[in-house]
Amino acid sequence: MVDIRIPIGFMFSILGVLISIFGFVTKANSVMYQKSLGINVNIIMGLLMLVFGLIMLYFAFRKKQK
Amino acid sequence: MRVDLSWIDYLIMIIYFIFVLGIGWFLRKFMKNANAFLEAGRSIPAWVAGLAFVSTNLGALEVMGMTGSGMKYGMMTTHFYLIGAIPAMIFLALFMMPFYYGSKARSVPEFLKLRYDEKTRGLNAIMFATMTVLASGISMYALAILMENVLGWNYNLSLWASALIVLGYTYLGGLSSAIYNEVLQFFIIVIGLLPLAVLSLKDVGGWIGLKARLAPLAISRGIDSDALTTMWRHTGSSASNPFGVEWFGLFFGLGFVLAFGYWCTNFLIVQRAFAAESKLAARKVPLIGGLPKMFLPFLIIVPGIIALILFNDPLSDFKTNFPLDAAGKPIYDYTIIMMLKQYLPAGVLGLGITALLASFMSGMAGNISAFNTVWTYDIYQSYIRKRTSNEEADGQHYLKVGRIATIFGILLSIASAYIASKFGNIMDFLQTIFSLINAPLFAVIFLGMFWKRTTGHAAFTGLLAGFLLALLHHGLTIPAGATTLVKGGWIATLHVYPVEMAQNFWTAIIACAVSTIVTVGLTFMTKQKKSDEELKGLVYSLTPRELSDAHLPWYQRPAGLAILVGTISIILTIIFW
Repeated sequence: MVDIRIPIGFMFSILGVLISIFGFVTKANSVMYQKSLGINVNIIMGLLMLVFGLIMLYFAFRKKQK
Repeated sequence: MRVDLSWIDYLIMIIYFIFVLGIGWFLRKFMKNANAFLEAGRSIPAWVAGLAFVSTNLGALEVMGMTGSGMKYGMMTTHFYLIGAIPAMIFLALFMMPFYYGSKARSVPEFLKLRYDEKTRGLNAIMFATMTVLASGISMYALAILMENVLGWNYNLSLWASALIVLGYTYLGGLSSAIYNEVLQFFIIVIGLLPLAVLSLKDVGGWIGLKARLAPLAISRGIDSDALTTMWRHTGSSASNPFGVEWFGLFFGLGFVLAFGYWCTNFLIVQRAFAAESKLAARKVPLIGGLPKMFLPFLIIVPGIIALILFNDPLSDFKTNFPLDAAGKPIYDYTIIMMLKQYLPAGVLGLGITALLASFMSGMAGNISAFNTVWTYDIYQSYIRKRTSNEEADGQHYLKVGRIATIFGILLSIASAYIASKFGNIMDFLQTIFSLINAPLFAVIFLGMFWKRTTGHAAFTGLLAGFLLALLHHGLTIPAGATTLVKGGWIATLHVYPVEMAQNFWTAIIACAVSTIVTVGLTFMTKQKKSDEELKGLVYSLTPRELSDAHLPWYQRPAGLAILVGTISIILTIIFW
C-alpha cells in the first residue's frame, strides 16, 4: 500500500537539516545553550535526525529497485 | 512556569502536522470498503504493526503519567515496562494470537460472540465503546490544560485543533492511516525525548550521581537509601518501598492481572496485531513491540526521577516554577513539560513538544480507530442493520458508517473533554473504573481459549460479577490520605491502603479472581450450547496443530523472538534489581 519508511525518511531529513542549520546559526549564542549544559544540542540532534532519515530512505529505495 | 516557544519550534510542529495529514491523504484512495477502512485490509507488515502496537499505548496520559510516576515513586515505575508488560506480550504472541487471528474475528467483542454468545459480545462492546470515547476525551483535556498553562495556548483552540488533525487523518485513511502514523509518531517520540534523557542524566552526574543524590531523599521518607533507584530489592514488605506494595501484589496484581488484562484483551492494543498481514506476522507483532518497550523507561521514567532530584535541590529554581496543588504537593502531570523547559533550548524544545503532541495523537487515534470498528461491527451491524447478501454494497454501506462513526467518536471525545474540564473528579473516577474493565475480561477470554467447556451464560455473568465486585471493593477501601471520594470509600471505609497503587493492584486482583470463580462455577451448572465443530479455531484443545515454522531462521519465529525479548527483560531486571 505505502512504504512508511518514505514519509518517515523525508520528514526526519527535512527536520534534521532545519534543526542543524538552526544550530549552526545560533552557535555563538551561549546564553541560549546554558540550559543544555553548554552543549549545542541542535547541531547534534539535527545531524542525528538527518542520518536517521537518510538511512530510512536508503532502505526504502533499495527495496524498490529489486 | 511559562515557556516561550520561538518560530523554529512552531515550524517543527507544522512540518510534523503536514506529514501526519499527508499520510492520511495519500491513503484515502485505498479506502474502498469497510474492510480496508476498519481492518486495514489485514495487510500490515509485522514490524509496522509492532511499532504501532507499542505507540498506541504511548499516549499522552502514558507519557505524562509515567514521567510523573517516576518523580513520585522513582525507579519502581519501571515495573510497568518490564513485569507489567513483557510477560503479557509474550503470552499474547505465543498462546492467544493464534486463536484471535485464526478466528477471523474483527474485534475482541466479536471474538466473544464467536466463542460465547451475543449477550457477552453486547456487554463488552458497549463497555468498550464508552470507555474509548471517554479515555480519549480525558487525554485531550489533560493535554489541552497543560498546553494552556505552560505554553499559553488557548484551551478551546488546542482542543479543537488537535481533535481535527486526528479526525483528518483517521477519516481519510482509517486504521491504516492510524497505524502508519503511529510508526512515524513512535520515532518522533523517541527522538524528541532523547536529548532530555541524555542531558538531564549528564546534569546529575550520570547513573552513579543519580543514585547518590536520591539516597538522602529516600532516607527522609523512611525507606532504605537505594529504595528509589531499585526495582525488586525492597519489595519484601510493603512498608519498605515507595509503591507500598509487596512482591506478591506486584507479581500478581501488576504482572499478571493488570498486565494480562491490558495487553491481551484491550482491543485498542490487539487491533494492531489483527491488522497484520498473516497469522505469523500477527504473532510477531507484540514481540516486535516488546523490544523497544523495555527501553522506554530510559526516555520516560529517568527524566521523572531526575525531576525529583531537582525539585529537592535548594540551589535549583526548578521547584519555584513547578505548579503545586492546594496541599503544596507537585502536580505530577507537569513533570515532563517542566523538564523539557528546564533542559531544552529553542529547536530541540519544539521537537520535545512535538513528541508530546505525537504521543497524544497516537493514543487518541488508537481510541478512535478501535471505537469506530466496535461501533460499526459489534453494535451497528449486530443490532441496527445486519449484513445482506450483497457483499459489495455492504462494504460500501459499512464504510460510510465507519466514517460517520469516526466523526461521532471525535465529537463525543470533545464532549467528554469538556465534561472533564467541568467535573475533573468524575473523570478520575471513571478512569480508575475503566482500568478495571479489562481484568475480568482477561479471565473470561483466557478460560474461553483454554477450556472448551466454558459456557456463554457463565462468561457473561463472570464478566459482570468481576466488574461489580471490583467496583464494590473500590467503594469500600481508600488509599491513605485520600481527601475525595473519587479515590474510593464512597460506600464505607473497611480498609485503608498505604498507597493508591496498592489499592489499584488489589482491586484488579479481586476483579479477576471473582470473575474466574464465577465463570468456572457457572460453567458446571450450565449447558454448553456450542458444538465442538463451532469452537474449532477458538479453543486450544479443538484446534489442529499449525504447520511447523522450523524452516525459518530463529529471529523470524515467534518462539525465537519471545526468547530474545524475555532474556533482555530478565537481564534488565537483574541490572536494576
